[in-house]
Amino acid sequence: MERLRRAYGARTAHLLLLAGCFAFAGYVVDRVLQVPYAWMIGVYFVAAAVLHDFVLFPFDALADRLLRRIRLPSAHGAAPPLVNHIRIPALLSGLLFLMFFPLVLGLGERTYRSATGLGTGPYLGRWLLLTAGFFAASLLLYACRLVAARRRGSGKMEARSG
Amino acid sequence: MLGSVLLIGIPILVVTGLVSYASYNPRLGHNDTTPARGVLGFYLFSWITNPSWIYRVSQGTHVILGLVLTPVLLAKLWSVIPRLFAWPPIRSIAYALERASLVLLVGGAVFEFFTGIFNVEYFYPWKFSFYDAHFFGAWAFLVGFTVHVVLKTPRLMAALRSRSLRAELRTGVAETVPEPPEPDGLAPVAPSAPTISRRGLLGVVGGASFTVLALTLGESVDGLRGTALLAPRGRSYGGGPTDFQVNRTAAAAGIRPDVTGDSWRLVLRGPVVHQLSRPELLSLPQHTYRLPIACVEGWSTEQTWSGVRLADLARMAGARAPVSVYVQSLDENGAFGRATLSGYQVSDSRSLLALRVNGVDLSPDHGYPARVIVPAAPGVHNTKWVRQMSFEVD
Repeated sequence: MERLRRAYGARTAHLLLLAGCFAFAGYVVDRVLQVPYAWMIGVYFVAAAVLHDFVLFPFDALADRLLRRIRLPSAHGAAPPLVNHIRIPALLSGLLFLMFFPLVLGLGERTYRSATGLGTGPYLGRWLLLTAGFFAASLLLYACRLVAARRRGSGKMEARSG
Repeated sequence: MLGSVLLIGIPILVVTGLVSYASYNPRLGHNDTTPARGVLGFYLFSWITNPSWIYRVSQGTHVILGLVLTPVLLAKLWSVIPRLFAWPPIRSIAYALERASLVLLVGGAVFEFFTGIFNVEYFYPWKFSFYDAHFFGAWAFLVGFTVHVVLKTPRLMAALRSRSLRAELRTGVAETVPEPPEPDGLAPVAPSAPTISRRGLLGVVGGASFTVLALTLGESVDGLRGTALLAPRGRSYGGGPTDFQVNRTAAAAGIRPDVTGDSWRLVLRGPVVHQLSRPELLSLPQHTYRLPIACVEGWSTEQTWSGVRLADLARMAGARAPVSVYVQSLDENGAFGRATLSGYQVSDSRSLLALRVNGVDLSPDHGYPARVIVPAAPGVHNTKWVRQMSFEVD
């Protein structure tokens, strides 16, 4: 038993759990093979993991790195950092785009119209307005913090973004 | 922290998802959208009609919660990404198997969330059936998720105990110290200087979830309709008594006025065959109920429906206690141009063949000349443009 454990690298229960997991997954695959375009379901399933790990993540990380490189002019040492005031509205806007881009870009226009009788036209404008609103609110908040920081003088550093 | 939110949220998605599958009564007629289900349909039961809002709440929760948890899922995947690049990738058989099971977990999560999101947005960049993909994908994800929960719960508890939430909520970015790297830990080995505190991160993710909630909840709650700015459904049809969501237009279904006009007849089949014109139907006892109509895509609304009881129609066809009724629409090409309702659904006194809604005749898009409305049934089983009802008796 101990030898098995050492060769395997974890407790026997771990092996049983994962064996059960793959057996069940195998059954699901067997069921999926009964349906039309089963191979395509498999491709999308694996692509979902790959797209996230190797496309979306590097893209986000790179965009964030670039943003952090920008040296923002700050005449006062006490000015709160601007980075999160740009990053957070950008993140919100990007998230909404990621979740709703088929509507925003009208990619499902034909099916949407035959189901609802309406077009996807308004969604682009709504998303753009929401984005503008996020940035406006964030920069307004930043302006308030900047004014507060200046009033307090350059001594304290408490008003940092959180 | 993010993990514990998902640990509560994902089981709710799973249960409401399975409930939705059961609500189609897949054991009847051609109702099953995934006939290859095998033992994966073991939990099926005859669908209920009480309370009438059960499908509305359950499916609304499934869709809106799925949307709201999307930022949490993405943040969780982001937080564990250092593990993806852990080196060496294979340390033992156990380690390799565990990593392989992550394909089910991560692939399954992203696959389920995005097939669901794209479906409610009518965006189909694939050829397979959404029902097949989302159903079987859910089971593949569920097994990966279960293994992950079993293996990681001690870890989750330790992580939650290692920090006090209250203390973290008082810690700004200036005092934030990155998690120290551990041999097989989640923490990055060489983190950049922190630019956001843990409190800030939770705030951003929570705020993002709240934003999604605020922009979509209105498609499932009548009073909030105007706030559903990014919800696929919840838009206005210009006011009036028939201003509620349409899921397939008469034009798309090819329903022309000449087939729904004076020549239209409802055919009742059972031990007796009967034909009824619309004026004849209107001369039968009419009943009015406020009932929700709720779509698998998450939107729902409550309206006031009037028409003839399905039980009365069954009697006219000579079927006193039918086992089921097979309802066929004039819409012959739609995926849901037909549905089988159970005898239990027919026997509910609120189950109607509706002729009017909110005091006016049904509009063509809402199923004129007649449509089914059954309490708690999924929207697609409330067949529109009904032409024939075949009652089955023992």
